[in-house]
Amino acid sequence: MQKTANLDYEKIINSSEFKNLVKQKRRFATPYMIIFFIALFTLPILTGYTNILENRAFGWLTWTWVYSLSMFAMVWVFTSIYMKKSKDFDKDIEEILKKNIAK
Amino acid sequence: MDIISIVIFIAVIGLTLGITYWAAKQTTTASEFYTAGGSLTGWQNGMAIAGDYLSAASFLGIAGAISLSGFDGFYYSIGFLTAYLVVLFLIAEPLRNLGKFTMADMIGARFGAKKVRGAAALNTITIVLFYMLAQLVGAGALIKLLLGIDYWIAVLIVGVMMTIYVLFGGMTATSWVQIVKAILLMIGTIIISFLVLLKFDFNFIGMFDAMRTATPHGEAFLHSGLIYKDPIGLISVLIALVLGTAGLPHILMRFFTVKDAKTARSSVIYAVWIIGIFYVLTIFLGFGAAKFVGVDAIVAENAAGNMAAPMLAGVLGGSALESFVAAVAFATILAVVAGLVLSGASAIAHDIYGQIIKKGIITEKQQVRAARYAAIGVAIFSIILALGAEKLNVAFLVSLAFCIAASANVPTILFTIYWKKFNTTGAVASMLTGLIVALVLVALSPSVINPVEGAAFFVGDPIFPYANPAIISVPAGFIAAIIGTLVSSKRHEADEVSYAEVRFKAETGYREPEQ
Repeated sequence: MQKTANLDYEKIINSSEFKNLVKQKRRFATPYMIIFFIALFTLPILTGYTNILENRAFGWLTWTWVYSLSMFAMVWVFTSIYMKKSKDFDKDIEEILKKNIAK
Repeated sequence: MDIISIVIFIAVIGLTLGITYWAAKQTTTASEFYTAGGSLTGWQNGMAIAGDYLSAASFLGIAGAISLSGFDGFYYSIGFLTAYLVVLFLIAEPLRNLGKFTMADMIGARFGAKKVRGAAALNTITIVLFYMLAQLVGAGALIKLLLGIDYWIAVLIVGVMMTIYVLFGGMTATSWVQIVKAILLMIGTIIISFLVLLKFDFNFIGMFDAMRTATPHGEAFLHSGLIYKDPIGLISVLIALVLGTAGLPHILMRFFTVKDAKTARSSVIYAVWIIGIFYVLTIFLGFGAAKFVGVDAIVAENAAGNMAAPMLAGVLGGSALESFVAAVAFATILAVVAGLVLSGASAIAHDIYGQIIKKGIITEKQQVRAARYAAIGVAIFSIILALGAEKLNVAFLVSLAFCIAASANVPTILFTIYWKKFNTTGAVASMLTGLIVALVLVALSPSVINPVEGAAFFVGDPIFPYANPAIISVPAGFIAAIIGTLVSSKRHEADEVSYAEVRFKAETGYREPEQ
């Protein structure tokens, strides 16, 4: 691939818009990822080392199952939030591209 | 084999061959062969991801595991689904923005050195072969049980079908076979689940009460502990599942079949709904089988419980439903192995032959021809392996494939996108360390050396205690990436693209206009 039309990438990624975009994205995604990993790995720790999830929540539906099914709900909720939030980022990205490329 | 089974099986084969015939007409360029020309929509790719991902291990394996071991069988469902959060939040969009046909393309967008692409291709081929071997051996045993034909004939049928799809129809045929399979699988699973719920008078909570006394395990059936006695072993499995999905080459390849990062994102959303609903329904499959088929009957057919779902269909819906579910299982296997052949072929023909040997200087025609030869090669090689492995217990190879993907691919994929200092040496060190540590530890694990005769390849005490080594091999992959990078930080590799460029392209999807 010929690279005659190279952009000044260094300059773009150090621009305030791009830095802001990356920062916003990181700020958005990090808490969700942390919550997810903690929630996921807490489950085997609780089922493996304690009996507290073996208590009944509703009838014989124990907390083990309630916890597990709420992991499913979490995936659906987080992906929906991500979908929504990404639309804002798409606008920012479009603007950065317009500013730097379309000439 | 009754007449209904024959009709349904021929219908599945006929439909998929029809798809392939249609797809073959629009498969002439390399991009069409590997990625369907990037023409899939979000929902199409979402369905295809589900079809690619939900293997027989999910449909038959998890249903069986839940029916025999209660909650612990469900752990796989949790790990397999939640993995998509990692895929969506960290990988899908930058991958689509940087890559072209393969996972190695995406890493190669930053590190042009042959050794990086070579290591990535090696990982892809290893993962594909393990995953494929588990699928083919499982398929042979399953079809033997379902249709009463010999193992070797069953393996050959599946092998020939997958080769035809990929050879003639490339990614277009593979995608549509996966979409059709996802629809069939969902229909089959929803019908069985509905019938199970009907039997429990649509009382979801009452079902748990009934399960308390339905199996020899008693109340323990509802709790964790029947499979995983040691929480560390369980955590290790979950690490492999939850990170491994983001490094499975045949899943990552699916993101190149859509036109941009936005569509890649929406395809994950569709996939997560389909896959999530499916895994919730595995509860009904497992519980229903335990209650209405009975543990003794399930184990009598297959010790691992793989026949639980088809048997349950037979009990609840008669032989017509059982035949339909058997056909669904058949379609499930076909769709997964087709995806595997394609991604194995892409690593050999595109990464190794096209990019490393030919240095990217290769005509469109040559690319497609190489891809087709590679597909035949991958198919024949895996069929031969599968024919020789009938008596081996290879079910563990699926979770091993996830483990290698998590240990050998994921650290490099993440650092390529997100770590500025990451370099060629770090990438190669990580990919090889992850692969080797995972393989060596599995060779020393209870999956290979087991005190119970017939449970593994060798009889004896395992040297490494956990069946899945991800808890060691994943950190090893990350640490090797960091050490490799730091010890070589002064060295300048000519083929590295600046991080600024990679980061900009990863975020925006910008590509230089081709000259």
